[in-house]
Amino acid sequence: MTVSVDSLKQTALLDRHKALGARIVPFAGWEMPVQYEGILAEHRAVRTAAGLFDLGHMGQVEITGPDALPFLQYTTTNDVASLEPGEAKYGLLPNDAGGVVDDIIVYRAPAGNDGYMVCVNASNTDKDVAWWQELRGRRPDLDVAVRDVSPELGMIAIQGPRAEAIVKRVTDVPVEEIDDFSWRAGKVAGVEARIARTGYTGEDGFEFYAPNDQVGLIWDALMDAGQPDGLAPIGLGARDTLRLEARMPLYGQELGDDISPYEAGLGWAVSLTKGDFVGREAMAKVKQDKPKRRTVGFTTVGRTAAPRTHYPVAVGGVEVGEVTSGAFSPTLQQNIGLALIDREFAGVDKPLQVIVRGKPVEAVQVKTPFYKRER
Amino acid sequence: MSAPENLKFTKTHEWVRVEDDVVTVGIADFAQQELGDITYLELPDVGSSISAGEPFGVVESVKAASDIYSPLDGEVLERNDGVVDAPEAINASPYDDAWLIKVRVTDPAQIESLMDSGEYDTFAASAAH
Repeated sequence: MTVSVDSLKQTALLDRHKALGARIVPFAGWEMPVQYEGILAEHRAVRTAAGLFDLGHMGQVEITGPDALPFLQYTTTNDVASLEPGEAKYGLLPNDAGGVVDDIIVYRAPAGNDGYMVCVNASNTDKDVAWWQELRGRRPDLDVAVRDVSPELGMIAIQGPRAEAIVKRVTDVPVEEIDDFSWRAGKVAGVEARIARTGYTGEDGFEFYAPNDQVGLIWDALMDAGQPDGLAPIGLGARDTLRLEARMPLYGQELGDDISPYEAGLGWAVSLTKGDFVGREAMAKVKQDKPKRRTVGFTTVGRTAAPRTHYPVAVGGVEVGEVTSGAFSPTLQQNIGLALIDREFAGVDKPLQVIVRGKPVEAVQVKTPFYKRER
Repeated sequence: MSAPENLKFTKTHEWVRVEDDVVTVGIADFAQQELGDITYLELPDVGSSISAGEPFGVVESVKAASDIYSPLDGEVLERNDGVVDAPEAINASPYDDAWLIKVRVTDPAQIESLMDSGEYDTFAASAAH
């Protein structure tokens, strides 16, 4: 498929990426930096120092109104009733068949504000909003408003062991008090922003939501403040290897319309006990009957070709599933991957063969995550 | 970087150094830059036959796997096992240390159809946009 560059959306930071020498590619309908210095160097920067990410392509949806909570309980899989103001939780936007429309983070507004903001995947934003609107029609009893605020909001992440120290240089907000999966409002580099302790790399760090026309001021301030620590701008290439090492799912690979959360290993993000929600019955049945497939982590044995998405996976010459994500792991210095396979073949230490260009490559199932930071 | 003047090039970004009827084959600088960090390389065994325009190997970067195409018909005389063991050498030194294979050419006339360095620079510049 050829995408005309004219039809692609641009984040507020595109000119900065070009000035930094980034390679720009089309991604989910956006012009995005895939790498600056190189994927391996950027990956290492995040694991050992800190990295800065433009996430302006990500979607944000506000869900407000007196019945925002019951609406979120009905339209997402996790139990968000326990969220205090300023807290966040990972969850899934389900379909009626018990599959997944998107994976999301639900943020309850900080104290003094009402409602919720949901962060969604760039490629799914329009689909998610349409689905929420349809579900709103299904529940006329609930007084709720759904609004796509992505066009107004920019988003930046800083991730890595030096992230907190760097952020403290550009804000008076006591960011060390922000717990994992929490956020608060405050000024960052003079810009009114929301500062969340969330991320997609397996490292400590923060994500900032700020108005599109001001988000560049936060980017510039962090780039300056982080220079002595080795802060590097990070493209989508390293973002993918970072999240895979941390075994975080990517929608369209580990997650999809026809994959149950229980097959994806995300049963922990589904609350079957909170009351009814979209797809609950189908999900409960999968859990009851045990999922037919499981998502497993594996490494290949020795120096081999890398496993890639959709490569077939076999056991004893018989196909049992396929790779959902695979890459050379910069931290482990070997190939790693996730595969969705028939349940009977799943188990740590059990063998698999990944079929790479027609040839079997020996692999062994391992515990995940592949990488876990020391705390 | 301009392509070295003593080399010939394919439209699939392989380079060729000609010494009588033996050629050395590698990957052009433009291609290694496009690929990014190279992590894995697969090359044919010594004694294999390769054919012009057909894949003879695979190079993988963190992001993707790409075929390497043979510039000419011939037989593989030598393989650079050092670069198989340390494929990142292709990023560091695409025209020197990181040659891939040496080939005895069966149809020397095919060499004439390859691009010279000036033609290749123009070609690569247009491919970059």
